[in-house]
Amino acid sequence: MESDIKLIDNNGKRLDGRSEGDLRNIKIEAGVLHRADGSCYLEWGGNKVLVAVYGPREAIPRHSQNPLRAIVNARYNMAAFSVEDRKRPGPDRRSREISKVISEALEKVILTEQFPRAAIDVNIEVLDAEAGTRCAGLTAAGVALADAGIPMKDIPASCAAGKIQGNVVVDLGKEEDNFGDADLPIGISPRTGEILLLQMDGHLTLEEFNKAFDYAIEGCHKVSEIQKKAILEKYQSVVEEK
Amino acid sequence: MQKEKRKIVIPSQILGDIKSKKSGRGTFVENGKIFSGILGIEMENDNYINVVPIKGRYDPSIGDFVIGIVEEALGSGWLVNINASSPALLHQNEVPWKVEFGDTERYLNHGDSIMAKVLSIDESKKLQITLNDRNLYKIKGGYITDVEPSRVPRIIGKKGSMLSLIKKYIRCRIFVGQNGRIWVDGDTDSIENVLQTIRIIEDESVTFGLTDRIEKMLKKDAKDVQ
Amino acid sequence: MTVVPIIKRDYIWKLAEQGKRVDGRKFDEFRKIEIETGVVNKAEGSARVKIGNTQVIAGIKMDVGEPYSDSPDSGVMTTAAELIPMASPDFEAGPPREDAIELARVVDRGVRESGVIEVDKLCIEPGEKVWIVFIDLHILDYDGNLFDAASLASLAALSTTKVPAERFELGENYPIPLKEPPISCTSVKFNNVVVIDPSLDEEEIADARLTVATDTNGDLRAMQKGLNGSFTKEEIQKVIKASMDNGREIRKQLYKSIGK
Repeated sequence: MESDIKLIDNNGKRLDGRSEGDLRNIKIEAGVLHRADGSCYLEWGGNKVLVAVYGPREAIPRHSQNPLRAIVNARYNMAAFSVEDRKRPGPDRRSREISKVISEALEKVILTEQFPRAAIDVNIEVLDAEAGTRCAGLTAAGVALADAGIPMKDIPASCAAGKIQGNVVVDLGKEEDNFGDADLPIGISPRTGEILLLQMDGHLTLEEFNKAFDYAIEGCHKVSEIQKKAILEKYQSVVEEK
Repeated sequence: MQKEKRKIVIPSQILGDIKSKKSGRGTFVENGKIFSGILGIEMENDNYINVVPIKGRYDPSIGDFVIGIVEEALGSGWLVNINASSPALLHQNEVPWKVEFGDTERYLNHGDSIMAKVLSIDESKKLQITLNDRNLYKIKGGYITDVEPSRVPRIIGKKGSMLSLIKKYIRCRIFVGQNGRIWVDGDTDSIENVLQTIRIIEDESVTFGLTDRIEKMLKKDAKDVQ
Repeated sequence: MTVVPIIKRDYIWKLAEQGKRVDGRKFDEFRKIEIETGVVNKAEGSARVKIGNTQVIAGIKMDVGEPYSDSPDSGVMTTAAELIPMASPDFEAGPPREDAIELARVVDRGVRESGVIEVDKLCIEPGEKVWIVFIDLHILDYDGNLFDAASLASLAALSTTKVPAERFELGENYPIPLKEPPISCTSVKFNNVVVIDPSLDEEEIADARLTVATDTNGDLRAMQKGLNGSFTKEEIQKVIKASMDNGREIRKQLYKSIGK
């Protein structure tokens, strides 16, 4: 479909005024729910994501238990009202795939051997969607897991890069995602740089891929700083002298 | 008393080097460096770097006194919730009564609360608890509340000092399980006072001067009542 | 299912005999209520409501579709509720169970039967095209009394809903036509004591539950009894009175939050 929209102008300015390396605004708050063991509310551009963690707790059904370590169940779900055209409640194939890749990313950093036969349940709810929800979800999940006191080797951070009208940029917005040429979401362990999540669709030359990859990694590190700040902010008052 | 600043650390934060320090609770080692594995407070003890968790499930140790809530009566015992990552097994041979196979419901059932002790933890973290000790029994009366297991030492106090303080000013019986469950008994006003006090200790547990503040508050409340 | 210690239930009973509740409230007193509207940009209307720690988001989406054959000139409304696993360690993922279905249907009836949405003003082409209103309830944190939180969230969301006429090239966006909403108040009974706005602890040991919706005139618009216990006539009268008194206060708060 030919689009009349100019996603990026001659000065490298994008529709919302960002340059190619700029992330959208991100706000993170840890520990926002009462029942859940750990939780995180995150706003990323127009995305609003809420994550709740329960665990470690007994994995049920019994036959799903792993005698050597905990299983990680991430469940990504979009609320019916989170998208332009109302979505029927319940998981669809896209949600289930995203749930799987996020579970696998988390399994790598959570110290699961400490909890044989247990489950760590991560519920990711997208309340308002605007491109990049899986990155927002994985990022918020990292904070929620730390908030729950789950032992981890690192707090995973995630960010995407892509290509719009021939230009490689970081963190695609809504129109950029709809009319762009490629999308590359990445999740990393910031401490080691290990890649935990990687998906790509669209069309990138090797050179474009390398540029997009670097942009996404850099984005992950920026996001990681915001995550850490949010966690410390929540708990700093716990240790403040009275 | 030296006032050290209590430092919050998060997973992946670097804490030291194994050349000069040792890796304790809540930490892990990679490439010769010691990292924090949890959100918690860094404490050094005898050259061990430990991270004390701020939140999290109860991590059982053999010999711990815990308050359990019976989930299910099985043929040869009971499944008991002790706030760990999976329920504990109380075998029919580990109770002071002579229980016949299949007759377990007569003694303990879903919803009963017990004062128990952690008996064993096997390699796959399967837990067994026991009631075979004169200090252990089925709980009757009172109220049970939950706190973060990491707050338990503060609520008990050094050598039980905080608990003694509470009992000095409020007529009650208190038992604090290592698993973060607390049982309180007394008249309803006393129970309410104890619960309030525990909430304050929980919220301010890592601050300094807490014991003095609590004593001041309890003294004042006791005076007001008179 | 998280097991409730019998001792806890006994203590709540004992307190009730002394006229007290665990959190210090009076029998006819609600917990603190917070209402925030416009929390979801993609939705035509939305609201987040907290009653104590219970938290619900209601999102309103609208679409154009065919009317029901028995009401060709009326808009259509439908309500769904998701008791997502996030809200409680006892909620499981999967298709809605009876609790979710009952919740959705009770909220739906409260809105539908009271005619809050003026559906006859939501007709585009009689017999062919009408507006469809989707009310979706997302339970985020369950600490007792989902009925009232969900109902209030729906009303607050509807109160700020704009019909997305522009998106369908049917003119300018305009506020959805609404009438005065009835407010629902839920009470539970345990140990022969009836309390309004049950906390989680109270709901866990309740024998019977009664939801009463009242309007601005103090008239009754909807009622629903739940659970397998029973109420006496006197208890029902008391519940109605408490529901009217609290309903009035809650309505004031609702209007304040939507800037009325």
